[in-house]
Parts: sequence; C-alpha cells; structure tokens
Amino acid sequence: MNPSIKAHFPIFNHHPDLVYLDAAATALKPATIIAAETKYYEDYSSNIARGIYPMAEQATEAFESTRATIASFIGARPEEIIFTSGTTASINLVANLLSSHVTRDDSVIVTALEHHSNFLPWKELCKKNQATLKTIPVTKTGELDLDALKKLVDSQTKILTLSAVSNVLGIINPIKDIIQTVRDINKEALVIVDAAQAVGHLPVNVVDWDADFIAFSGHKIFGPTGTGVLFGKSALLEKLSPVSFGGGMVLDACAEETLYKESPACFESGTPNIAGIIGLGKAIKFIENIGVEKIHAHENALALYTCRRLTETFGEDLQIIGTTEAIKKSGIVSFVLSGVHPHDVAQLLGEKNICVRAGLQCAAPLHESLHLSASTRISLSIYNTEEDIEKLIRELVAIRKIL
Amino acid sequence: MSSIYQEIILDHYRNPRHHGHLDHPTHQAKGLNASCGDKLQMDIVVKNDIITEVMFSGFGCAISQASASLLTEAIQGKTVAQTVALEPKDTLELLGVTLSPSRIRCGLLSLETLQKTLNTPKK
Repeated sequence: MNPSIKAHFPIFNHHPDLVYLDAAATALKPATIIAAETKYYEDYSSNIARGIYPMAEQATEAFESTRATIASFIGARPEEIIFTSGTTASINLVANLLSSHVTRDDSVIVTALEHHSNFLPWKELCKKNQATLKTIPVTKTGELDLDALKKLVDSQTKILTLSAVSNVLGIINPIKDIIQTVRDINKEALVIVDAAQAVGHLPVNVVDWDADFIAFSGHKIFGPTGTGVLFGKSALLEKLSPVSFGGGMVLDACAEETLYKESPACFESGTPNIAGIIGLGKAIKFIENIGVEKIHAHENALALYTCRRLTETFGEDLQIIGTTEAIKKSGIVSFVLSGVHPHDVAQLLGEKNICVRAGLQCAAPLHESLHLSASTRISLSIYNTEEDIEKLIRELVAIRKIL
Repeated sequence: MSSIYQEIILDHYRNPRHHGHLDHPTHQAKGLNASCGDKLQMDIVVKNDIITEVMFSGFGCAISQASASLLTEAIQGKTVAQTVALEPKDTLELLGVTLSPSRIRCGLLSLETLQKTLNTPKK
C-alpha cells in the first residue's frame, strides 16, 4: 500500500508517531468523511423525509444516496438497507423483528466465537421465548467445527447466526459454504451474518452469500461512529412488523389498525444519524476508490508479516491464537506473551503511542473455549505499514525485559 | 508520558508479598474482574478481631497483583474494623501512581476481594 495513504487521515497530523493497531474496534477517519459531516451541519442541516424546503430536500437526497451507495456496494437493493447506530443495534433489531416467530419448540444456533453483540441478543431471546440456544464449537485452531454444525442444524432450527470474520482471531469463516449447508438441511432456517469485521475488508455480496440478514457497522469502515446497517432480504422484510414506533415510519396513525410505511422506512422510526450516514456514504466511496480486494491483500499480507515477526522474535514465548493459514486470515492477529498480562502489554504499548486492544475483546465464550484468560489484539487497516509492526516488536521486546 | 510501572509496582509484581494459601483460614473469598479476566483469592486468619495472617493467590495484570501484595502487607496486624474502613483511595495511594479510569478496577480488585473475604467466614 502506498505510504501516502496516511495523508488521508488527519489524526496523523495531530499524532505523527501514532501506531494505531485497533481498526477492529473502530477505524480511523479520512478527511473526506469528516468534511462531509461538517458540510451537512454547516451548509444544509435539516431533518430528512419531512421538510419540503430546499435544504431538507438536499439532506434527504444526500441521506438516501448513501442507502443506494451501500446497496450497490454489497449487491443489495436500497429498500433492503436499514440504517442503525451500529452492528449491535442491527443485531438487536433483527432479534426483535424475529422474536415473535421463535417458539419453545425452536432452536437458535450461535457459534463459540461470536462477539457478545451476536451472542447476548440471542441468549436473551431464547430465555424469553423458552427456545433452545445451541452453540457451534471451535477447534483448537479457532476454526468453526463444521462437522458439529451439520449435527446441530435440524428441522427445529429457526435461526443460525454467525460472524463472517472473528473479531479476535481474524479467521475468515466459509460463509457461503456454511449457508449452503444450512439450506440443504433446513430450507426454512434463517441465517444471519455478523459482518462487522468483513465488510470493507473482504468483498461481500449478499446474493453470493445468500444470507437472510447481514449486520455491520459504519465506524469500522472509516465512517462516523453511531452508524450501522442491517441488510434484510426484501421478501422477508415485507412480512415483518415494525418493533420501534414513532415519527417517520407511519402512513396512517389515526386508523384503528395503524398503517405503516414500507421497508426500510417502517424500521427506522425517529430522526436518524443524518450527518453520520452522509459521512458513511463518503466512506464507502473511499473504500471503492482503493478497492476492497486491494485492502484485503494489504491487510492479509501485513497480518502474515506480523505473525512471522512475532514468531521470529519471541519463539515459544509467544502464542498466536488460532490458525495463521494465509487463505483464512484477515487483518487481525491476537496473541499471548507468556507471563505478561495483556493489560500490561496494552498499557505499556499505549505509553509509547502504540494502540492495541487487550482483555476479552467482547468475546468471553471464545476465550473460555480456548482456555485463555485474556489476549492482546492487533487489528490492521490500510494506513498500517511494516514500520508500524517493527515499532510494535521493538516495544514488545522492551516490555519482555520490564515484566 | 511517565510510566505507571514505577519501581514499587514492579517490585511487588515480581516479588509478591503474602502470595499463596493458608492451611486454616477463618475467612476466604474470591474476586473477579469480568472485563479483563483477573481472578484473586484471599485467605485470612482473624484472631481476637485482629488480622493475624493473610495470603492472596490468583492471576492478573501487574497492577492488580502489585495492589494485592501492597494491600495484604498493609493490613497484616490491623483490626478488622480498621480494615473494613479502608477506602478505594487508600488502596490507590499504596500504588503511588495515578491510574487511568480504565485501570482503576485493576487497582481496586484487591480491596473488593478483601472486603468480600472479611464478610465470608469459613464454616
């Protein structure tokens, strides 16, 4: 990747020495995204889909053009794109939309590597509806146990939900094959994909995957915080009833039987994050200008470089968690440095302006499965370089001496 | 930026005082910091309202371990009333550094576990 890519990110003007290795938590923001948000607030700040004055029409058009941009980016139709505040909100929304369809005779299947945001909403739903929650285990190398998956899916399976890419291990799951397997066993089961670590990092096409719902965040793909997307197949969305009520989603509020707008408007009650969504549209353009394949190639190569350098430097003293097989790797690497707690690693790196994540990374069940009390995570983006990794290695060597 | 890993913390982390278990504790309990997975156990012997023996075990970051070492050192020989009256700031002062909000829980796990232990007599 061209090193001048850093010039797109104003944060490096404020912190020239910053080594930001926490893209999986939230990506840094390019200047064009920040400018788009500011322009909305300074130039045409108004609510959308309500006012009939020119500024409001301009805001509505900018907002809706993001919907079209995102739809085309993932091979969907605009009416299949519901805006939310992030992946967590997207998954909670789909869980609420489907809740009345899950009964005590049904089962919901999750995996052991889910982020808490794709685990807790389903755990709660099963508790409330007295349904059965099943978990697909992971192998010792952190991959989904596909034989177990085949045994767990049966005629009672109502929902299967899984991550496209693990937020801890960076392992790319074979989503297309998994969905085909589920369909072969039970045509009625709905498949939901948490694509928070996949969209913007790998080519994602909803038709190719054939998932029923896909959730992802805007802020992890260079967009503003407080933005997210829930994709749902239009044939399904048409049959579902809204779960959040208020402004902007109703046609006839006075009728005895309230008449709601069609999807996606009926699922987006209230004023959305207009500036954020407009910024998200610019973020998608930013990604398209570089090319998702190029982004993946860069992150994959740098992740493998990171694994190689960590292993060369620390040998048996450092454990990289999960497989490092090239074809399965996105830009995320988690490790444990023996005898040093990940919080101490992250704190000491932080004192040197190197930002990493440490702890359970919102994935306690995965750490329990792999018998780990915590881990340190490096997550890469297009602005990261081999020099960033060399700085990281130098500081890790220093930490090894201190603790 | 000055490091929070000052000599006193590193010393107590590398050579923890009162580390291990007691054979016949009168009080025993476990503490957990769920966000980072740190676990601590305290074994205490109280005789005539005085903490005569105290040991801690478990695993965690340097801050939580050093804090447990410093705290156990500070309370040995104190009365139960004096120990129960300890406040978070007293524990953080033992560490001698200012912790950022995200690390304060690491520094206070020892005190939480201690208070819980004194409320958990062995049957």
